[in-house]
Amino acid sequence: MGVNEALVHPSVATGALVAVLGYGVVFFGICLLLIVVTVMGKVMMNSQKKKAEATAPAAPEAPAPAPVEKPAAKGTAGELKLYDTDPRDAALIMAITAHKLGKPVNELRFRSIKEVKEK
Amino acid sequence: MNILDTLGKLAAESGFAGFLAAGGWKNLIMIAIACVLLYLGIVKKFEPLLLVGIAFGCLLTNLPGAGLYHLDMWDAYVAGTPYTTAAGEVIEHLTFTTVLHEGGLLDVFYIGVKAGVYPSLIFMGVGAMTDFGPLLAYPKSLLLGAAAQLGVFVAFFGAILLGFTGPEAASIGIIGGADGPTAIFLTTKLAPQLLGPIAIAAYSYMALIPMIQPPIMKLMTTPAMRTVKMEQRREVSKTEKIVFPIVVSAFVILLLPSTAPLIGCLMLGNLFRECGVTDRLSDTVQNAMMNIVTIFLATSVGATMVAERFLSLSTIKIVVLGLVAFAISTAGGLIGGRIMYRLSGGKINPLIGSAGVSAVPMAARVSQDVGRKYNKTNFLLMHAMGPNVAGVIGSAIAAGFLLSVFG
Repeated sequence: MGVNEALVHPSVATGALVAVLGYGVVFFGICLLLIVVTVMGKVMMNSQKKKAEATAPAAPEAPAPAPVEKPAAKGTAGELKLYDTDPRDAALIMAITAHKLGKPVNELRFRSIKEVKEK
Repeated sequence: MNILDTLGKLAAESGFAGFLAAGGWKNLIMIAIACVLLYLGIVKKFEPLLLVGIAFGCLLTNLPGAGLYHLDMWDAYVAGTPYTTAAGEVIEHLTFTTVLHEGGLLDVFYIGVKAGVYPSLIFMGVGAMTDFGPLLAYPKSLLLGAAAQLGVFVAFFGAILLGFTGPEAASIGIIGGADGPTAIFLTTKLAPQLLGPIAIAAYSYMALIPMIQPPIMKLMTTPAMRTVKMEQRREVSKTEKIVFPIVVSAFVILLLPSTAPLIGCLMLGNLFRECGVTDRLSDTVQNAMMNIVTIFLATSVGATMVAERFLSLSTIKIVVLGLVAFAISTAGGLIGGRIMYRLSGGKINPLIGSAGVSAVPMAARVSQDVGRKYNKTNFLLMHAMGPNVAGVIGSAIAAGFLLSVFG
């Protein structure tokens, strides 16, 4: 009788052993994967850091011309009124609106954002 | 020509007569079950993309005389015994080729399930739709994906206690992984006779996650824990996202070779998504291929819901054990979340632990919704996506282990 054949009708003790062993194997596999992924992340971050350091000194020699930014839409900056709205939610709403319209946020004018309460 | 004889013969050969034959009433019950499943899929929108196909497959297979699916043929295929065709021809050894010749349409569809093709292709689609960025940004969330496999092994043990065989118990337990394709893949290999009830249980409970998980989440966490706001994780580079599927494939498959079809396809789909030069393939895998395979998978799984096999005490046991598996997996993830909450000094919200059951992205959405309920400014979605995709890997490893033990 092979090992797998003996497991067709396992006893309660064997069933419990397989369950514990299986959960252990899942954790073992995941822990090993965690180590691999962590090491991979560290290596990647280090190589990125080195790349950034290597390119950094070149920057002062040939400074890129400052980009000409379009002026912010009149009234949005500093004048947006929020009613019962979290600033983070407001920022999200503005970003989504700009994305949907295909326009930069600084070219749009938001006057106020108000949360509509459900009754 | 005797008209009455002819009409009598027609009536006797019709499917309606089949309902009056011995056991025909069981087909009527199965048709009613198919209609309930169609209602749940269409009206209640419970995993409609799969449930509608499964329910219709169930309807077709239980229409007497349709001959679309032959349970006895597949039983003979699994047992390796001779099969006698309707014409009386005895086939000593059934192969996929003989199934193509002798089988009905749903038998032909079912070859893809039996060969493990559809679940693997679905996994490729899942991989192409999955962003592993949150997991790479916080690799420790992998542990929550492992913790949430607890239900798999508890339900496995429960099934052993209820008298199921080892392979059957393994197939029932994997419902706790909350991963439909994995459940189908494993059940097809270990206990194909239980495929119908297991698939129904797996997909129904996946659809019910927003109802099953929140009470358990509330029970296992304190209000203070639920309000924890998690910090933004680091940015993940493109290179990291490209290297990840290659490393994971090689590593996990070397560790557990039986996971190769699932992990291989999952990571290939993800590589299509991330490498940036195969956008057309990624689009096809995510949409066209996924849709086509879903049609074949759902109808052929539904076809296995034959009355004489489905209407049994085993089905009720499977449905109950499936629910236990889901609930305990959720609890396992939350226990993992609580441990991480303690170890991190209260920086990890344990609610993300429940997303460790696969069910991407529904389980992560439930974490987000419950978190928002207790802290309106909390955004747990991206944090919960880490354990959520880790759950896919965790359930594939669990399936690989069970397959290597019982396969």
